[in-house]
Amino acid sequence: MATALRSKNYLDTFSELEKVRQAAEPVWLRHLRAEGWDIFNSSGIPTVRNEDWRFTNLAPLTRTEFRRGPKTSVSRTAIEDALLAGAVCQLVFVNGRFAPELSRVNNLPSGLEVSSLSQALNHKTENAEQHLGRYANLHRDAFAALNTALWEDGAYIHIHKGARIQQPIHLLFVTTDGASPIMTHPRSLIVAEQASHAAVVEDYVSLSPGAALSNSVTELAAADDAIVSHYLIERENYDSFNISTLCIEQGRNTNVSSHSVLLGGGLVRNNVHPVLNGPGAECLINGLFVGAGRQHLDNYMLVEHASAHGSSRQFYNGILDQQARGVFHGRIVVHKDAQKTDAKQTNRNLLLSDDARMDTKPQLEIRADDVKCTHGATIGRIEDEPLFYLRSRGLDEKSARNLLLYAFAAECLDRMNEQPAREFVEQFIRQRLHEISTASQTMPPPSLDKAQDVPDPEEIA
Amino acid sequence: MSLLEIKDLRVAVDGHQILKGLNLTINPGEVHSIMGPNGSGKSTLAQVLARRETYEVTGGEILYNGKDLLAMKPEEAACEGVFMAFQYPVEVPGIGNAYFLRSAINAQRKYRGEDEMDAMDFLPLFRERLKLLEMDEKLINRSVNEGFSGGEKKRNEILQMAMLQPKLAILDETDSGLDIDALRIVANGVNALRGPERSMLVITHYQRLLDYIVPNFVHVLVDGQIARSGGPELARELEETGYGWAETETQALHA
Repeated sequence: MATALRSKNYLDTFSELEKVRQAAEPVWLRHLRAEGWDIFNSSGIPTVRNEDWRFTNLAPLTRTEFRRGPKTSVSRTAIEDALLAGAVCQLVFVNGRFAPELSRVNNLPSGLEVSSLSQALNHKTENAEQHLGRYANLHRDAFAALNTALWEDGAYIHIHKGARIQQPIHLLFVTTDGASPIMTHPRSLIVAEQASHAAVVEDYVSLSPGAALSNSVTELAAADDAIVSHYLIERENYDSFNISTLCIEQGRNTNVSSHSVLLGGGLVRNNVHPVLNGPGAECLINGLFVGAGRQHLDNYMLVEHASAHGSSRQFYNGILDQQARGVFHGRIVVHKDAQKTDAKQTNRNLLLSDDARMDTKPQLEIRADDVKCTHGATIGRIEDEPLFYLRSRGLDEKSARNLLLYAFAAECLDRMNEQPAREFVEQFIRQRLHEISTASQTMPPPSLDKAQDVPDPEEIA
Repeated sequence: MSLLEIKDLRVAVDGHQILKGLNLTINPGEVHSIMGPNGSGKSTLAQVLARRETYEVTGGEILYNGKDLLAMKPEEAACEGVFMAFQYPVEVPGIGNAYFLRSAINAQRKYRGEDEMDAMDFLPLFRERLKLLEMDEKLINRSVNEGFSGGEKKRNEILQMAMLQPKLAILDETDSGLDIDALRIVANGVNALRGPERSMLVITHYQRLLDYIVPNFVHVLVDGQIARSGGPELARELEETGYGWAETETQALHA
């Protein structure tokens, strides 16, 4: 079977890495990896028959033979433009491997430990052992299982009790020089101790054209009263596959924000899975996705309220042009004991062309009886009224459209509290919206050929 | 040369004929008022002048400054100096008032080949005009018209007009929904902008506004045509007699 042949690549990679690692890794991790491999091997890459993947056909990904990327060096100038000014430190990964020569981790403020995950495992493993693999649900998520088996590196961030880290931590994952499609499986762990405060920006960039798969998993453990913001920026090339999973464990009175900004990539799936496990936990899941050409941007939220008095807010705005497709799958689960939960979900979408398509699916599972849960979704176009209003004051049609698109996107920017991170993200959003309003009428869409024969889910069902 | 010359204008909306051969000439510095019953085509005229594309012009022509206005896009008309104060100003969430206005001013300046206005020049002017319209400075960074009261929205229209300095200002029922205080403020704002270089077309259903903004000419629009024209006294006459006579007259005309 074709699929079996393709997944042989993953098996080869797994065996290859096992040989290299040998006894270098602790036993608990080797067990974890074996478990990940077994789960992935038996479940395989999900199909649209899986309800969680109903709107996203992975056939183009399944068909592609990905290999580990070459060990290659990247010059500082190549990544200069990609760096976040005002970051407290910077970890750069090239083709999934830590690049210390490009990273900046010196002079860290007290209370902050940052290194690559493999370095952390070499030094002291208690924290890693305690948290790594604890929050990602391998049985639910074949990609998290695959990541667990194959990851080579990622970031390890430890914010000590009470430490307030003012500037964001920037993690830059670049892929480059792929003669054939390359894959990376970045794995990161963020441990925020009690009452600590930090922001982490996870950023995915292609330095060269060609297909690549980034399959990342980040686990974030926020202890009581911690305040943590996580940003995900997807700005890879339009032939790229990007599957990212953020698993969050929230203790009592924690305040965690997840900001996902999907601008690039051809086939993108962003999973955000917070578990509000302590009373009074608050979670903001904020997202913006902007697609054109044949981009497919899938946002999958699973918000679990496992404790009382928790509050979660999901706000996702989508802009889709040309033949782009978007998916918003927002699932809220309120466990039996999670009384007084206040959960809200809003998904607003702008379709700029007749061929763009959006599937939005709210899903509420409420097992407690005293909760407040609301959800709402809208799909619309740029309205004539405001467009005419702006034009009647002298703005040309393109500028007026661009301004209205920007205003729509700015709703998400306004929810980002960390100024340097917000400004960093804003420039990419402006750039992408400018491309879209310029390309709209005249230029051919960026194409992802492999996705062209993706059938509609209805046809399969 | 007259600023605006409308000749035999015919306009349809959704296949329904609204303007049926309208003629009107406005010279620089003149203030004209168009009155008339609901549905007579007053707002249609305003929208066509502002180049709303959903209105289908089925006949006639409009010369503005000697140029074919009907060939212009809304933004071109605006850059040529046409401004319409909307009857129902639109809320534009996410775009700040000051940012929007400065973008508009600079778009118009660019069109005319002039230098852009920077924030240093813009803000003092903006603050001064806010005072003229007795508006709160907090409005500078609030989103355009979002959460504004009806009166605030109308004042914001006149504020924009005061900033953009048009040659032809069209006020589409700017008085509707205003209490007497707001009406006075709006009228003061408008009067401050009167001058030999600026013409105005004041569209209203009631004579009330014309007590404050005294026009040079009053026209009565009935069933898509100008039925009568006169001086300011015509407005007062209409207030007493209503539009009943005009309707009978036009019916006779069409019979």
